[in-house]
Amino acid sequence: MAHSAIRRVARVLAAAVILAGPIGKLTPAAAEKVLRIANMAEPESLDPHKTSTVPESNILRNLFEGLMVLDPSGNVAVGVAESFSISEDGLTYTFRLRGRAKWSNGEPVTAGDFVYSLRRIEDPKTRSQYAEVLYPIKNAQEVNTGKAALTELGVAAPDARTVEITLKAPTPYFLQLLTHTSSLPVNEKTVARFGEEWLKPGNMVSNGAYMLDDVKPNSHIRIVKNPNYWDAAKVTIDAVLFDPSEDSAAVLKRYRAGEFDILRDLPNDQLGWLRQNMPKELHIAPYAGVYFYAFNTTKPPFNDKRVRLALNMAINREILVERISAAGELPAYGFVPDGTANYTPRRVPWRTMSQSEREAAAQKLMSESGYGPNKPLQFQLSYNTSENHKRIAIALAAMWKKVNVSVELVNTEFKVHLNNMRVGNFQMGREGWIVDYNDAQGYLFLLQTSTKQQNFSRFSNPEYDRLMDEASFTADARKRAALLEQAEGILLEDLPVMPIYFYVSKSLVSTKVRGWQDNPLNAHYVRDLSLAD
Amino acid sequence: MWRYSLRRLAGAIPTLFIVMTAAFFMMRLAPGGPFDRDRMLTPEIEANIRKAYNLDEPLVVQYGIYLSKLFRGDLGPSFKYQDYTVVELIGNGFPVSFRIGITAIVLALIVGGAFGILAALRQNSLIDHAVMAVAMIGITVPNFVMAPLMALIIGVWLRLLPAGGYGGGSLRNLILPTIALALPQVAYVARLTRASMIEVLRSNYIRTARAKGLPGRLVVGRHALRAAFLPVVSYLGPAIAGIITGSVVIETIFGIPGIGRYFVQGALNRDYTLVMGVVIFYGSLIIMLNLLVDLAYGLLDPKIRYD
Repeated sequence: MAHSAIRRVARVLAAAVILAGPIGKLTPAAAEKVLRIANMAEPESLDPHKTSTVPESNILRNLFEGLMVLDPSGNVAVGVAESFSISEDGLTYTFRLRGRAKWSNGEPVTAGDFVYSLRRIEDPKTRSQYAEVLYPIKNAQEVNTGKAALTELGVAAPDARTVEITLKAPTPYFLQLLTHTSSLPVNEKTVARFGEEWLKPGNMVSNGAYMLDDVKPNSHIRIVKNPNYWDAAKVTIDAVLFDPSEDSAAVLKRYRAGEFDILRDLPNDQLGWLRQNMPKELHIAPYAGVYFYAFNTTKPPFNDKRVRLALNMAINREILVERISAAGELPAYGFVPDGTANYTPRRVPWRTMSQSEREAAAQKLMSESGYGPNKPLQFQLSYNTSENHKRIAIALAAMWKKVNVSVELVNTEFKVHLNNMRVGNFQMGREGWIVDYNDAQGYLFLLQTSTKQQNFSRFSNPEYDRLMDEASFTADARKRAALLEQAEGILLEDLPVMPIYFYVSKSLVSTKVRGWQDNPLNAHYVRDLSLAD
Repeated sequence: MWRYSLRRLAGAIPTLFIVMTAAFFMMRLAPGGPFDRDRMLTPEIEANIRKAYNLDEPLVVQYGIYLSKLFRGDLGPSFKYQDYTVVELIGNGFPVSFRIGITAIVLALIVGGAFGILAALRQNSLIDHAVMAVAMIGITVPNFVMAPLMALIIGVWLRLLPAGGYGGGSLRNLILPTIALALPQVAYVARLTRASMIEVLRSNYIRTARAKGLPGRLVVGRHALRAAFLPVVSYLGPAIAGIITGSVVIETIFGIPGIGRYFVQGALNRDYTLVMGVVIFYGSLIIMLNLLVDLAYGLLDPKIRYD
């Protein structure tokens, strides 16, 4: 009896295991060239108009092709457009489409597709979270906020192969902007026919070098070569498998076990080992972003410019990037990184001082503001949960001890931190900013008064605002750069922020992968890559 | 037994309702929302999106809307993974989690049980000490240490099995995560079986059985085993809970597309609907499984009757 009861239970359990059995296999055909990419996150959506973050754009730029693209070194190049012209006042962009450009179902890509797509992202019904980046287009904001009809958006198709985009103001970075996922075209018929289901494999029609083949949430996204792509003859990789695993240490192990060809992020604590053992595969390159702390300039103690300057001068950024963050980041003595298109960044004047001179100057500033050994400056430094943020905060707190500062570290999870920063519930807080397009305005707008909540420091300087406004109406690239550079100069004088370092991208790329070039936006099109046998 | 089961299931409904309600309101107390991100939405865009998801209504109204949809089997769209509904995410992920989880439990019962019996029969021998030492390690070394270690040694150094990934569900990909998930449970089951087996072997009816001249194999197999397994069966409830929480770690480390990771990710992303879906789903599952465990108890122990 006892036996039979146990046996019965065992039989049920065994049946359950078998029932739950294999669901399918992912074995590539023998000669097929498959690139396996660890993409570091599950995409929020495959709809280019509903998403915005890096993991999605890594996939989407292969599925869809916009008017403009980025070349392997990160410069703007023509995409579906074979040529373009800009009117003298910088307000009208006219694009001529390639005659051979086709959707994956074989139909031609037309100017109407771009009109539809730009209207779609600004249509309030689409509920695009990123509609705002395209506000430089005439009437985009009005359309998006329901104050104007869709047809009033500044985009037109005079003929099937001509797209005409009219801007609100000359926007010298507009071509850069067109390389962003928000400007990618989608196929009107498919969206109309399938509704939300158009994103499923089999339904989706795309115009990029690849098309969607298979999707399983949190497991993989597989795309395959699009035979109808206009430049398909040059595409050599047959399929790409994107893996969404987030745990960078686990993903690194899988790379070492030969399960990936490209890793899009690396754990900081492994970089030393990687430098020693996999130097040929390790790619560390400047990345278009700045890591900084924002001061809450509306409240004491940080409404005092001297205190902000003193804290800025007292830290040793070189030691921080060499010993603490240690990924090869560049110490930030300004807000806009080197390598930003059409721009010569400004740097703080005290950069030429030695560290001990800076510390002495900082001490003097602190005592002028009334702080000293008997009355140390006390404040809270907030950051979001991450080993790296914590290490940096601890190191900086230690560096500030020399200038009589006593810091209380406040650690919260990302969403709580963001919310606190947004409502001004912080004294000094960590922030990181990676731009969507390679342009100085993409950094400097953060501290404009009109940026409101996103201006965490609550910085408000009329001269700064004036320069930024003037720059946004200046078509001449050189004049505009001069205005933005002046604005950055003001920023570095007033220091509502404490720039710490400029980001680097950290990737592992197998030696089998050819054609990979590091670039500031860390953007790579699989069609530019090939796989050696 | 049927009446008992029905009564238990009816009793579960208020429990589930309380869990659900608490989860709904507690989650909304957490600062931040599903649409907060590095680049903030403009107030107009945010208002438009919140309206579409009814997030502009008072909380109680939102809960009412949620409940009415729930009765129609609609758990809503995921806020974070916009291409999927919560039902789709759970439907895709659960078979994966279930397969690994159930295999881990079976493994724990068989391997843990066998080791436990072996150790009990050879009490204080070298085997006993070895089994108990290994079990102790299994209990004390956490999942998140054991799993990466296994991936490193077996996946990277020896290259015997994949270091991670689901591979479309191929057996090779599931061996390491299943073992990693089962290990702590194997250890518990071994210790439990050993302890209760030793106790049972000393009891009077076993002595009687031996006195009758029954061979040792039958004494252990027919009489002792059944009684010795009782504590193990009652441990199944906590074991299942352990497997579910363990899957959060294991699925992340091995890149397995189950629902374990939605637990944590969903909460961090403020993906309200996904968190609710997972809470309701796991809540119901645990209630059902506990009932099954209690029923299994009746099969094994003649002293228990359900009426």
